[in-house]
Amino acid sequence: MNDRSAQARGRTAPAAQDDAVIRISGLNKWYGAYHALRDIDLTVRKGERIVICGPSGSGKSTLVRCINALETHQGGTIDVVGTRLTDDLKDVGRIRTEVGMCFQQFNLFPHLTVLENCTLAPRWTRRQSKRDAEAEAMHFLNKVRIPDQANKYPGQLSGGQQQRVAIARALCMKPRIMLFDEPTSALDPEMIKEVLDTMVELARDGMTMLCVTHEMGFARKVADRVIFMDAGAIVEESDPETFFSAARNARTRQFLSQVLGH
Amino acid sequence: MDFVSTFLNVEVILRVYPMLLKGIGNTVALASATIVGGGVAGVLICLVRLYAPKVFRGLAIAYIDLFRAIPILVLLVIIYYALPFVGIRLNAFMAATLALGLVFSSFTAEVFRAGIQAIPRGQTEAAAALGLSFPVTIWRIVLPQAFRIAIPPHTSNAVAIAKDTSLASVVAMPDLLKQATDAQALTANPSPLIAAAIMYLIVLLPAVRLVSYLEERFRNDGKAA
Ligand SMILES: Nc1ncnc2c1ncn2[C@@H]1O[C@H](COP(=O)(O)OP(=O)(O)O)[C@@H](O)[C@H]1O
Ligand SMILES: [Mg+2]
Repeated sequence: MNDRSAQARGRTAPAAQDDAVIRISGLNKWYGAYHALRDIDLTVRKGERIVICGPSGSGKSTLVRCINALETHQGGTIDVVGTRLTDDLKDVGRIRTEVGMCFQQFNLFPHLTVLENCTLAPRWTRRQSKRDAEAEAMHFLNKVRIPDQANKYPGQLSGGQQQRVAIARALCMKPRIMLFDEPTSALDPEMIKEVLDTMVELARDGMTMLCVTHEMGFARKVADRVIFMDAGAIVEESDPETFFSAARNARTRQFLSQVLGH
Repeated sequence: MDFVSTFLNVEVILRVYPMLLKGIGNTVALASATIVGGGVAGVLICLVRLYAPKVFRGLAIAYIDLFRAIPILVLLVIIYYALPFVGIRLNAFMAATLALGLVFSSFTAEVFRAGIQAIPRGQTEAAAALGLSFPVTIWRIVLPQAFRIAIPPHTSNAVAIAKDTSLASVVAMPDLLKQATDAQALTANPSPLIAAAIMYLIVLLPAVRLVSYLEERFRNDGKAA
């Protein structure tokens, strides 16, 4: 089954250098005196699916949050689709419209309907008309299979439905890259699959994705690369087959035996 | 003299009724101006208090503390009787609106600050991740949610400041209380005072009920959300 999905992915030879949509180099981040990210180098090519895992507190969230400037970094550089991330609000704004993000806690806007959640950003930042924004929102709500919930409020939906709305909301901005920070960790087990299925479809459509997740089945199925972080550093980076069968790092093997339960 | 002809003298009340009506009109106008003006100013001051550069934040804190500490009557008397010495002459209505508005804005700022700070951080992070600008985030995400949290205490403050409009009678503003005491002097009968008290209650009792209703309703809402 692994082999078949590997074929389905159609992994290609390493693409040309300028295919890179994210280029992180020598990234360092401190929270006060705490060194949260250490010398991170990471290049993500267009269409690549990357799974990031590692023990709690290893800096996974911090890394993905640096990419869309939810956290500031103190050392190194981050380039996203050709824009260098600086303190300049214009650069930050440009990058954020190119990068969508889904959070562990969904973070839907509770006072807005599902449809309004999806149309708010396109209307205010892309200056779309209400009609166009709603038509596009319905397209993406269809894609995540909840068009019938469009006029409900987030509080009326299950966790799985809320996370799918969050995905649709991000997609409405037509991002080139999607970041996921443990999108299924807050979900009841029976709802994890519906969200993962949505993410798998997104991957099939060719979306560039960085997913912090401990869903190793998902990693096997869609990841082009799996990255293992520990204590703020990337300690292992390989394709899923190698990662699961022949991890070099002892810390990685220990982690794997924990999450895979053997 | 029996009780009714002393305190509930219909003939007297009918005679001064137009005076009292004008009084309640002025009282309602004063309360409305205070609540609208002070409310809008309070929300703006709250935003300065939370998001402005450090110096302005400090000034906002000083403003809020000052006007929450000072007794309204003292403030009103200073504005009406002391400011003319520096050339600022306000009529009774303006002076009362200013005094009440300054105090109400500082209470409003505190209530909204608590409301804004109760919103989970994830809300503004999601807005930022979507590329929403700061003003849009405040206007469409933060304030609507803060408003829901702030509505019960804010309404309660509004009722309190509406009651404090009666202080304006001290600077000869023809509010309901002033009109009633004038009418009492005119007719040498306390019935206008009783009538005024009843008029206050007619306006304020439903307002107090509304506060209780909102507190109840939004408490349940909070649980559901
Ligand atoms: N805002 C913050 N202030 C201080 N320390 C933080 C903050 N956010 C995260 N950290 C610390 O940084 C480290 C990495 O956190 P995080 O990136 O959330 O880890 P992970 O997502 O891998 O669990 C943790 O030790 C955490 O305590
Ligand atoms: Mg995390």
